[in-house]
Amino acid sequence: MSIEIWTYILVGLSFAVYIGIAIMSRAASTKEFYVAGGGVPPLANGMATAADWMSAASFISMAGLISFMGYDGSVYLMGWTGGYVLLALLLAPYLRKFGKFTIPDFFGDRYYSQAARMIAVFAAIFISFTYVAGQMRGVGIVFSRFLNVDIDIGVVIGMIIVFFYAVLGGMKGITYTQVAQYVILIFAYLVPAIFISIMVTNNPIPQLGFGAQLNDGSGMYLLDKLDGLNTALGFAPYTSGTKTTADVFFITAALMLGTAGLPHVIVRFFTVPKVKDARMSVFWALLFISILYTTAPAIAAFARTNLIQTVSEKSYAEAPAWVKNWEKTGLIKFEDKNKDGKMQYVKDKAANELTIDRDIMVLANPEIAKLPNWVVGLIAAGALAAALSTAAGLLLTVSTSISHDLLKKNLKPDLSEKGELLAARISAGGAVLVAGYFGIHPPGFVAEVVAFAFGLAASSIFPAIVMGIFDKRMNKEGAIAGMVTGLAFTTAYIVYFKFVNPDINTVDHWWFGISPEGIGTGGAIINAVVSFAVSRATPKPPAEVEAMVEDIRVPRKA
Amino acid sequence: MSNDKQTNLYWKKNILYLALLLGVWFIVSYGFSIVFANSLNSVKIGGFKLGFWFAQQGSIYIYLVLIAIYVFLMNRLDKEFNVEEK
Repeated sequence: MSIEIWTYILVGLSFAVYIGIAIMSRAASTKEFYVAGGGVPPLANGMATAADWMSAASFISMAGLISFMGYDGSVYLMGWTGGYVLLALLLAPYLRKFGKFTIPDFFGDRYYSQAARMIAVFAAIFISFTYVAGQMRGVGIVFSRFLNVDIDIGVVIGMIIVFFYAVLGGMKGITYTQVAQYVILIFAYLVPAIFISIMVTNNPIPQLGFGAQLNDGSGMYLLDKLDGLNTALGFAPYTSGTKTTADVFFITAALMLGTAGLPHVIVRFFTVPKVKDARMSVFWALLFISILYTTAPAIAAFARTNLIQTVSEKSYAEAPAWVKNWEKTGLIKFEDKNKDGKMQYVKDKAANELTIDRDIMVLANPEIAKLPNWVVGLIAAGALAAALSTAAGLLLTVSTSISHDLLKKNLKPDLSEKGELLAARISAGGAVLVAGYFGIHPPGFVAEVVAFAFGLAASSIFPAIVMGIFDKRMNKEGAIAGMVTGLAFTTAYIVYFKFVNPDINTVDHWWFGISPEGIGTGGAIINAVVSFAVSRATPKPPAEVEAMVEDIRVPRKA
Repeated sequence: MSNDKQTNLYWKKNILYLALLLGVWFIVSYGFSIVFANSLNSVKIGGFKLGFWFAQQGSIYIYLVLIAIYVFLMNRLDKEFNVEEK
């Protein structure tokens, strides 16, 4: 069977599963819609969190990104997993004990103020929309590359599927769909990785093959070979980077703090029955995430070695079929600058003849490794699962922020349970439409804005929640002042270097050599210092708030 | 002992666990994998330079172990102070 038929079958089957789950798990109350009734088992919650967290970018782009960055790519690997240690130790169990529905709920109650609630609502909605635009676009791109469907039609198909289970099932629907999506995406990611690991090193475990000897008879270690290839072509050695140590430090920290502050992830820990389950489900979540995150750097190294050996200084006329297949999609571009008929792939821009899109490292993997057609179809289904599961989680965060925090808790407190559920469904539907619009007309600055989303979460949400739990004396004046200064500082730095003066966005002009990607760490530190200082100069929080902090620190009164 | 004192002691032990576990988290992430990565790279385990391995593999495994230890310690502490949810 052809690649296209396999893709239709596998994508069609996976969509049928999602719709089936959506119909079976319709939400009947706001509690089911917001937190799946609070009865999700920790293992299922861990899987759902993993699918929620791993986006189209994790699935399609991350391995390629690392492949081009080498050691510097570690910032993503550590940043996007290390944040889960912070979630487990500093946030998840206490927020579960707090036991309301949303992150803005915590801000409103702990800081006894509608202003704090509204800052959290604004941050949650901004962060979620920033992210979701990329997911819907990802759905469209997968459709167009694998099924020759127009990108816009692909986006609309994705909207219909998400609309189905997010609007019908709310958190209950998306949780069980995400479990199915995790299984599909991890299977699709591992199958080609295992084949390629065997092909290059004879070792079926990519995490080990990555550090093994090549099976070409040379006895050379893969990574030594790759260091040599990189250096010969003028790139930095693969295992040492080009970023400054300070910058790597700050970017990693910003991604960790941001990960632990993303509302759509935090809210997943409101869905389990007990404090103990919240702790355990972070463990499951990171276990499921780490299966993909420890495989990605292995794929990155295999793919780069394969790529360089296949194309560098080789005759263009004799290049393997996949080079030409992907040239059609624009992901590979060849321009024979010196007219020698061979492909030069080097660091020097003037002499380089090949432009390679990072996404190719995952998308073209099955063809590079000469895997059967069904594996290609599987990659398409996996990429769609990754994009749709993340999109649904984000859209739900937007809809609950509107129906629960903006309407019920602020503008229209007399809203009935039924009315609130209807409002949640309508805002979920509205959010799907807005996300679809951004998917069809993507703003040109999506990549820039994603760094912004992490910076924002790191400099506002994360410190404010941690201080709310661990510093009983923290009051509303302190928290609000800290969030406002942290946000203002981070926003100003990113906007200045990314939009106002992008020409000087280089290490010489950055403060202390810290890039805009890493500045969220600075924002978090400023937030903490300002909060502490202001809270000590202003009145103590009321006694009932102090009692609430006491209460969330212990699972049950002795 | 009064209830308040018990709760205080529970919280103090919790903070101690956090300090120890986050200490390891910090040293592995920012020490082994970033600041000292270059020096550790002179040690090789199989085909991996050690600093590079920590940054792209080892740190993630250690995060998992840290969370597992945390879950174990806290569940034990909850039982010891009789505050676990029933």
